[in-house]
Amino acid sequence: MSNGQSERREMTGAEMVVQALKDNGVKHVFGYPGGAVLPIYDEIFQQDDVEHILVRHEQGAGHAAEGYARSTGKAGVMLVTSGPGATNAVTPLQDALMDSIPLVCLTGQVPTSLIGSDAFQECDTVGITRPCTKHNWLVKDVNELAATIHEAFHVATTGRPGPVVVDIPKDVQFAKGFYVPPQIAPRTSYQPKVQGDLEKIKAAVELMVGARKPIIYSGGGVINSGPEASHLLRELVDLTGFPITSTLMGLGAYPASGKNWLGMLGMHGTYEANMAMHDCDVMICIGARFDDRITGRLTAFSPNSRKIHIDIDPSSINKNVHTEVPIIGDVGRVLEDMVRLWRASAKADKKALYPWWEQIAKWRGRDSLAYKMNHDIIMPQYAIQRLYELTKGMDTYITTEVGQHQMWAAQHYHFEKPNRWMTSGGLGTMGYGLPAALGVQIAHPDALVIDIAGDASVQMTMQEMSAAVQHNAPIKIFILNNQYMGMVRQWQQLLHGNRLSHSYTEAMPDFVKLAEAYGGHGIRCEKPDELDDAIKEMISVRKPVLFDCRVANLANCFPMIPSGKAHNEMLLPDEATDEAVANAIDAKGRELV
Amino acid sequence: MNAQLQPTGSAYFIAKETEKPENHTLSVLVDNEPGVLARVIGLFSGRGYNIESLTVSETEHEKHLSRITIVTRGTPHVLEQIKHQLERIVPVHRVVDLTVRSHESGQERPLERELALVKVAGTGEARVEALRLADAFRASVIDANTEHFIFEITGKGTKIDQFIAIMKPLGLVEICRTGVAALNRGPQAM
Repeated sequence: MSNGQSERREMTGAEMVVQALKDNGVKHVFGYPGGAVLPIYDEIFQQDDVEHILVRHEQGAGHAAEGYARSTGKAGVMLVTSGPGATNAVTPLQDALMDSIPLVCLTGQVPTSLIGSDAFQECDTVGITRPCTKHNWLVKDVNELAATIHEAFHVATTGRPGPVVVDIPKDVQFAKGFYVPPQIAPRTSYQPKVQGDLEKIKAAVELMVGARKPIIYSGGGVINSGPEASHLLRELVDLTGFPITSTLMGLGAYPASGKNWLGMLGMHGTYEANMAMHDCDVMICIGARFDDRITGRLTAFSPNSRKIHIDIDPSSINKNVHTEVPIIGDVGRVLEDMVRLWRASAKADKKALYPWWEQIAKWRGRDSLAYKMNHDIIMPQYAIQRLYELTKGMDTYITTEVGQHQMWAAQHYHFEKPNRWMTSGGLGTMGYGLPAALGVQIAHPDALVIDIAGDASVQMTMQEMSAAVQHNAPIKIFILNNQYMGMVRQWQQLLHGNRLSHSYTEAMPDFVKLAEAYGGHGIRCEKPDELDDAIKEMISVRKPVLFDCRVANLANCFPMIPSGKAHNEMLLPDEATDEAVANAIDAKGRELV
Repeated sequence: MNAQLQPTGSAYFIAKETEKPENHTLSVLVDNEPGVLARVIGLFSGRGYNIESLTVSETEHEKHLSRITIVTRGTPHVLEQIKHQLERIVPVHRVVDLTVRSHESGQERPLERELALVKVAGTGEARVEALRLADAFRASVIDANTEHFIFEITGKGTKIDQFIAIMKPLGLVEICRTGVAALNRGPQAM
């Protein structure tokens, strides 16, 4: 009752939207105006509590909101108009759904009296976004608007987080009704289970105590669960002495400098991580979902292990891989119980793990991320390594686009903290990184925000450079420019007889001039010995930067688990001769994605 | 151990299906709000699940609750996924696999009934035969003139199938079926 103003006050729907955003702690909204949201924009104009960040395309608003959400742990908010505004939001909505990112998308809609009449800029927003949201609403009564927005925030941020859409017809924005403040009265049908079953956790601890070749495989769920979950994960690793690997989404939950760290696993993961997954006797999967990029061929996935799976979403359990000990609950809560039970009852027999660690050391000795250094041409891996070395002491956030550069970034940039790594994992959205960097920079104005980009991906959402300039967001776009859609080309080499169909960009823009055209700063670097100075220049400029880093055109991303192969059938960089690459995938594998 | 599971939603690994598909009847309690049926149906089409039959109506008016009865076909692993995926839908309160529940209580299957309206047109001997057979099936005449009957028949799906097959040569014109309504035996609710 402290804020009397927001209690059951009569106001217009548009006022309610802004009031509801304030009451849900929203400081920034990413959006683009249009006919069906004009009343809301009129309200935004008349206040200062919620800052609106104008983008150049609704997809940019969505990815910016995602970057904002991933780097803060709070919901990201986007506001778009009806019709094309809503359809342009579909890609970031699906992206957020697959990576479990809390995203609240408010869309304008044509007036209720026109719905269904094929009105100008009308589309069936709730129909189109139903499969790419956790839930969505069409609000037809202004008196339900406030409660619906509050519920939308609740659904987006609790349980397994995800995107939601609230579709608001223009007449509802104009109509007057009574505002209700947020209150904790969630609908009875939506009650995510956060506390894990103690008996199951006990069983898991028992299994872990007896393990001789254990591995912890953690994912984005740890990061979604909040900083405390990452802290508990580190504690668990210290207590048990178990080796730990992580999915792309989970990087940073356990520090890359930690002594038990094996690097990322999966298709482009390290040899030691994948071999340890294959040969382990007990696997503890924490907030990950056995994605196909992780498991390789399912029939050969970790054949001799018993598996513990902690996940807040019951549908993740046994979806792809059978689990002996499923624990449904929030990772943070479950880890809390697990650490407590381990402390109380179990004593780590770290000596018993010596042979396992010796084996891991042998795998590590293969040095699977090695590459051949070149003194005339910048190797892409070298570029990432230098970027890491020159930025690691700083308050740095990294976003990426999708492709080879993304995998090299995951392999060669090392993350010490959660929420520092924003990448499109599940959907693999090219064009994610630049607007995501904008969102991160808005949330952390003084931080160093770098989008590690590819020359193809970055052109998909390049227009947001203009938004970055407008909002004084000095994002750094570090483009590994090899003139190719590198990952497409790599697959064409592996799967399609080296016929490089449309994966070469014959007309590449001049990124330096492009940066200047937008009002940013452009840097080009072509020589390894000039790289450090160029990166330092990029860091020092307080403007958006396009860094055109010319790298070896034909470098490929290894190690790699080729399509249809198992973890122990990795293609390592020193084995990846032309012949091996050409024969890596058999006819059956060629049919696979 | 993993071979038995069919990976859903991925063309990455096309594992051979070793489990046998079964028909199961699911009872789904949902908030009766706009779009809820579309969410359920969209889930089935989007994830490639089968719908053999679907019946929906508001069952508790004061609480705005509807009950959706779905007969679906899949391997035990897929059926478990369907149940969990349905439970993820925000307005879904409960999902009960009535077939599993009936097995647990020693029954072969849940109590399932369907209603059909069957229109048969004809004259002379065929017409008399249709009426006689309808009586044998305990179908009732709910509309008639000198050239046609509309029969109402209630029962298990197999009984209705049989009735329709018999009516075919006797002048069957059209059929409307409700889909399966199902409950489990015994005093407990779902």
